[in-house]
Amino acid sequence: MSREVTNLLYLITIVTFILALRFLSNPATARRGNQIGAGGMLVAIVVTFLQKGVNSYWEIIVGMVVGGTFGAVAARRVHMTAMPQMVALFNGVGGGAAALISLAEFHLHAPDPGMLQGDISSSIVLSAIIGSISFSGSMIAFAKLQELIRGRPITYPLQQVVNGLLFAAILAAGIAIVAGAEQQWLMWAILGGASVFGILFVLPIGGADMPVVISLLNAFTGLAAAATGFELENNVLIVSGMLVGASGTFLTIMMGRAMNRSVANVLFGAFGQLAPPAPGAAAGGDDSQVRSTTVDDVAVMLGYAHKVVIVPGYGMAVAQAQHDVRALADLLETRGVEVSYAIHPVAGRMPGHMNVLLAEANVPYPQLKEMEEANAEFPRTDVALVIGANDVVNPDARNNPGSPIYGMPILNVDSAQQVVVLKRSMNPGFAGIENPLFLNPKTVMLFGDAKESIEKLATAVKHL
Amino acid sequence: MSHGLLLTFEITILVLAIFLGFEVISKVPTLLHTPLMSGTNAIHGIVIVGAMLVAGLDHKDTLTSVIGLVAVVLASANVVGGFVVTDRMLEMFKKREKKPEP
Repeated sequence: MSREVTNLLYLITIVTFILALRFLSNPATARRGNQIGAGGMLVAIVVTFLQKGVNSYWEIIVGMVVGGTFGAVAARRVHMTAMPQMVALFNGVGGGAAALISLAEFHLHAPDPGMLQGDISSSIVLSAIIGSISFSGSMIAFAKLQELIRGRPITYPLQQVVNGLLFAAILAAGIAIVAGAEQQWLMWAILGGASVFGILFVLPIGGADMPVVISLLNAFTGLAAAATGFELENNVLIVSGMLVGASGTFLTIMMGRAMNRSVANVLFGAFGQLAPPAPGAAAGGDDSQVRSTTVDDVAVMLGYAHKVVIVPGYGMAVAQAQHDVRALADLLETRGVEVSYAIHPVAGRMPGHMNVLLAEANVPYPQLKEMEEANAEFPRTDVALVIGANDVVNPDARNNPGSPIYGMPILNVDSAQQVVVLKRSMNPGFAGIENPLFLNPKTVMLFGDAKESIEKLATAVKHL
Repeated sequence: MSHGLLLTFEITILVLAIFLGFEVISKVPTLLHTPLMSGTNAIHGIVIVGAMLVAGLDHKDTLTSVIGLVAVVLASANVVGGFVVTDRMLEMFKKREKKPEP
């Protein structure tokens, strides 16, 4: 098939991808949309097989069998709690593929300096840089989320300077190539340098900021794919890559807004390391004390409430307690208690993380309330049950200008009648910030593993 | 079509795709942000087209062959994994479950 015909057929794929995204606006149609998108991808693959110039098949077949099997097995086996690292992994391999395509294109078409047209060489350079950063950055994000390396920010002296110099060197190599110095080693230097940069770039970013990082890396891979489209003069790559780029950018901005921090602050701030202990941070008054409670007391509170709002956080994901939470909620509902869930946009390790976990536990999605809706309900709520969430319910974000999270929109659980916080211990949350919610006279703490506590609560409620 | 003219068309569809992307994605509820992320993840697996164009070349040297093969492996993992994981996730979003928990 000629390039004209294949480019026209790729339009089918483009339309299916747009439909897939449109269908995502409603949970009832979202799954069908994804299947339509997968169908469009299949069309693109078949069309590419038939394209003029694709004559050698064994690499493609072998590659597809190996990669496809790995992808399918990994995607089938992964637990829903491990979804953030899975998304990071698939994001990284996509970026890696884009970078490799650029390497091959450069290797093939730049035999003599000055032979490549400027726009082609600039897109090759762009796709190589962005793709490599996305690849290595996603792998570090994967390693952090999988706890292969520690999730806390890793910092070293002169971090910004070293990163800045490295990036300047990568850019210089790229500009040299575009200017006509089409040396193969420059390309390898760009791939290597950008990969190192990706590692250094994600290492200092802490676990709680992962929703921002993952969104951003998602945008990067999309942009790398779009740049690959320019170098191959291929419309489906340009449009699909840019759709993903737009989506990733949108989510990145959303996540930044949900934390009331600029994206630059998240990426370069090494949150938690730089935050000085602000004077008067724990503004709960000196005489306030943390009140610890027992399972039976909480069971009574919950069992005789009219309305309970559950506030899940990363702690619920770590303990894999979502099924037990759902079971407890069912018990309460049979007693006539109204139960809903309040979901903060940055709770967990990626955008919408808590929604997926609760959906896995068969919680009907109309019960999952977004922040604004939930905040309107807290004053009518008898008990707010906070499970492994910390910063997203910290009233300092509202009240204490000295707090590092001041200004971040939070779930106002303290406007409920009573607050029960399930927590492993009194260690401050990830960011190392004191939480005056725990000192609030309305608050009682139930210490222990979230899963065990919820199981015990369910048993106790049953025997009420 | 001249190379310069082709480039202007490419830039045009790029810019249109940016606006289209923002338009479509801003309608996705926060409830579905994780599937949005993994769904778009699957969509950028479209780099498999580029990987196939490299790997499918005739008379290429060993280096290109190896790079093409690895690129196809990575991109296929991206495509298959992305769509399967998204499907698994979206399957779970229900208004009311049909059968009680086992």
